[in-house]
Amino acid sequence: MDLLQELLLILYALIGVAGLGILFGIGLSLASRFLAVQKNEKVELIEKALPQVNCGACGFAGCAAYAEAVASGNVEINLCTPGGAETLKAIAHIMSVDAPEIGEKKVTQVHCKGGRGTAEYSFEYSGVKDCNALFLIGGGNKVCKYGCLGLGSCIKVCPVDAISYDDIGLVVVDKDVCISCGKCIDVCPTKVMRWIPYSADYIVACNSNDKGPVTKRACKVGCIGCKICEKKSPEGGYVITDFLSVIDYSQTGDRNEGAEKCPPKCIIKN
Amino acid sequence: MTYIGIIITFVFITNFIFTRFLGLCPFIGVSKKVDSAVGMGFAVIFVSSIAALVTWVIFNLILVPLNITYLQTITFILVIAALVQLVEMMIQKISPELYRALGIYLPLITTNCAVLGIALIAVQEEYGVIESFVAGFSAGAGFLMAILLMSALRERLDREDIPKAFRGAPIAFISAGLMALGFMAFDMTLLKNLIG
Repeated sequence: MDLLQELLLILYALIGVAGLGILFGIGLSLASRFLAVQKNEKVELIEKALPQVNCGACGFAGCAAYAEAVASGNVEINLCTPGGAETLKAIAHIMSVDAPEIGEKKVTQVHCKGGRGTAEYSFEYSGVKDCNALFLIGGGNKVCKYGCLGLGSCIKVCPVDAISYDDIGLVVVDKDVCISCGKCIDVCPTKVMRWIPYSADYIVACNSNDKGPVTKRACKVGCIGCKICEKKSPEGGYVITDFLSVIDYSQTGDRNEGAEKCPPKCIIKN
Repeated sequence: MTYIGIIITFVFITNFIFTRFLGLCPFIGVSKKVDSAVGMGFAVIFVSSIAALVTWVIFNLILVPLNITYLQTITFILVIAALVQLVEMMIQKISPELYRALGIYLPLITTNCAVLGIALIAVQEEYGVIESFVAGFSAGAGFLMAILLMSALRERLDREDIPKAFRGAPIAFISAGLMALGFMAFDMTLLKNLIG
């Protein structure tokens, strides 16, 4: 085999591969011109304005789906709760409509502090680590059927990891991380996870509607409906219904006095 | 009969995941949920069928006449990468729904060695053009079956009390290994008994 033939072989290899590469390059650039998809500018702008956590709080499959729906003009622009006022303003600007007023940011919080050492347990549970699975077995392994089951189903659904375990095996929401998507509220079987305003200073950390003596037997830190908070802080918005104190946050008076005098100490700072 | 033989071979006997151990990256990476696993599986079927077809054409019409078949690997990579790009653009234009369903899985397949594998195997076995296409399709179908089984298994594994060190990828690999053992039941004898 002489030199010429070998050189020819190298040339063929070069032409073959380079030719294919150039061919594909030209083909693809032509294709991208002919097959270009006209993207709606509004959709892209709105998508950028959204928080991109894809939590689904708006009822759509994700931020991209919601952006498309908003751009089509058929849906309300205020469905994105995680984005809050800023996102709403941005979307209103893009869609050139007036931004509707929205109230203060809401966050979620667990209204229960009855864990190991304070609450009574009726049996030991070692099944699937899921609150809804435990709830099927007689409403949970605590004597109190209203409290936090502590298996962390809310931790699993939280898209931003705002929920974590506390030192007694229950969960607690970090209000600065919470994006108000409400997924934890949907998943919680005992409905012990409830909305509170972001500015809430105190919460009544109990969810039990049992009568005082029943609550007292089941949990050391349960609200017994004694109405002392209501009497000590009349301006604090404490309302006792069904043996449970619930704070009406539209009342802005002093709540400290009532919290300090609470016999089971279940009114805690948030 | 050859086509049935090829289908049974690539789906069961030399399944890309369980026997040849090709394409393990997406197999472990995208098998956490059944939905996304099915999406990935169909995307692989789609790309590997077309890739097998196109690489056959390139090999037999360009590489063989030029006598540069030793460049098949790099050429096939080039072809598959360009092809995936083109297919992605076409799907986006023609069917946005399908594009959204396949989503990020389509560009991911560019680097899936199962696709390159089927192109090289089809050439190695000297398949004809339709045989290549069928081989590509059935290799993809085998991948879909494997990833579907695996994702269904992993969804259940999530709820089990697995020792901490084994959680995630380790237990997935162990399960995949056990499944591969199961797939040893399919061998050439079975094929001979089935179609003679």
